[in-house]
Amino acid sequence: MFRSRFDIKSQPGFGFITLFTFFALYLPIGALVVYSFNDAESLSQWGGFSGRWFVAAWQNSAVQDAAIRSLIIALWAASLATVAALMAALATTRTAPYRGQTLKYAMINQPLMVPEIVTAVALLIVFSRIKVWTGYSGLGYLVLAHTAFCIPFAYLPIRARLESMDLTLERAAADLYASRWQTFRHVTLPLLRPAVIAGFMLAFVISLDDVVITEFVKSGGQDTLPTYMLGQLRRETTPEINAIATVFLALSTVLVVIFFFINRKKQ
Amino acid sequence: MNGAEQVAIEARKQDIRSRWLLSAPALVIIFVAAIGPLFVMLLYSFMVKGDYGDVKPWEFSLDGWTSVFFQRDIFDDTLGLADAHISIIWRSIQLSFFTTILTLILGFPTAYFIATRPPHTREIWVFLVTIPFWTNLLIRTFAMQQVIRNEGLLNNALIWLGIIKSPLQIIYTDTANLLGMTYVYLPLMVLPLYASIEKLDFRLVEAGYDLYATRFQVLRKIVIPLVKPGIIAGSILVFIPSLGAYVIPRVLGGGKNMMLGNLIEMQFGAGRNWPLGAAMSITLMIIVMVALIVYVRNASRGGSGHV
Repeated sequence: MFRSRFDIKSQPGFGFITLFTFFALYLPIGALVVYSFNDAESLSQWGGFSGRWFVAAWQNSAVQDAAIRSLIIALWAASLATVAALMAALATTRTAPYRGQTLKYAMINQPLMVPEIVTAVALLIVFSRIKVWTGYSGLGYLVLAHTAFCIPFAYLPIRARLESMDLTLERAAADLYASRWQTFRHVTLPLLRPAVIAGFMLAFVISLDDVVITEFVKSGGQDTLPTYMLGQLRRETTPEINAIATVFLALSTVLVVIFFFINRKKQ
Repeated sequence: MNGAEQVAIEARKQDIRSRWLLSAPALVIIFVAAIGPLFVMLLYSFMVKGDYGDVKPWEFSLDGWTSVFFQRDIFDDTLGLADAHISIIWRSIQLSFFTTILTLILGFPTAYFIATRPPHTREIWVFLVTIPFWTNLLIRTFAMQQVIRNEGLLNNALIWLGIIKSPLQIIYTDTANLLGMTYVYLPLMVLPLYASIEKLDFRLVEAGYDLYATRFQVLRKIVIPLVKPGIIAGSILVFIPSLGAYVIPRVLGGGKNMMLGNLIEMQFGAGRNWPLGAAMSITLMIIVMVALIVYVRNASRGGSGHV
């Protein structure tokens, strides 16, 4: 009788603070999106509803270049990181502990533990010297740097999936005279597919979002969308920046939603 | 028997060898583009600075390290404390600390509230926390900038409500840095807290109420001690990126309210003092490592103490 009136789990005011938290989390993003449809020249007043800033951003060649560059880097980095992470995950799971395994874990997770600005500066030091030595200053440096910090993000879901899989099916395949490659291709990989896709998408979003490391590694004229936006923020901004941000936001939200559903199906 | 054992050991050795080969690409990439450069930077921090940036190769000096905290007087060449550096480092530590506190004040009730919802709605709440988490940091910082600008949403709302007459100067102050970091890093606090509150055994809470504890006593004496590992994990996850924040102070803090990240960048730009920048970066890394070690120790202790 008593318990029906007295909820042991509730705490006074917590619901209110939660409401405030979600309000605070979504209000700035919401305002940003709303103002991308602002017809006025500046962000200070509301000039009516219009999509003209999306058109302006779409036709801005600097934005186009930066967006294409961002996508190229993210595709390369996420692909390379996923392959490397898949191999590393196969190498570090489903076995008795062996010497060096902890070292591998530490190395793979290292990019998560060092502040980005520190890695960025260290890469600036090394790559600026290599750029002088080799004369090459293409996108390769950015792809390499992005691949490195994407690996732990691709590795996490794949490793988690592998650890929940036992070796029964692979052993069955081996009993049926499948070669190691055939076993991997026809048994292990199909089972891993959701985790590999999830890992790739995480890596893709992480690469697409990166500002700090890109800002320090890029050569002249190699702006990605985030570094382009960072450069624009120094000036008086127009709703064009909001429009770019809104598209960006929509893209990463779609990816996260897909990721969420892939993960849910798995469970 | 012995032969079979030999074969097994040989097979195991071969297996381990192929496992090293398989992990080689990931390890090599991370070594080349993340770990290796840190060692080069360590070396650079002990070299003489070049006249136009970079360093004079293989000329060593401790100037980089001493100038993290000290500066030479231009007149009598004596060493004094580098007030500018120290105040920026101190500001970074203070701001990161207050950010951690603020995210905890907002994050703990939120995580608790989510964790006490029915299981199927919980997932939706967590998802709603995750979306801002995966949203580009720069975009979130920019969104915050638009809210706290002088003609921004917050000031306009306060003026409209008649609370203030003229806009509050929030942007380009330390408050802006604090608000920005709290906003951006809040999900990093909520998620680990939620994970540990979700596992909380509410029979212990019930036992507390049976013994006539008040709601506050239950919170203080039962809930908080049991979810301490989550509190520590969240605090570390917020504190570390706050300390190395670069984009947020650059966009919201303006030139006067630099943090350590911006000070480091300056040494590689206008400051043209790479050894100093390298030494500062390593200092930042050491602070982070110390925080991580404290965390790992606490986490392992908290884990064994759990029922």
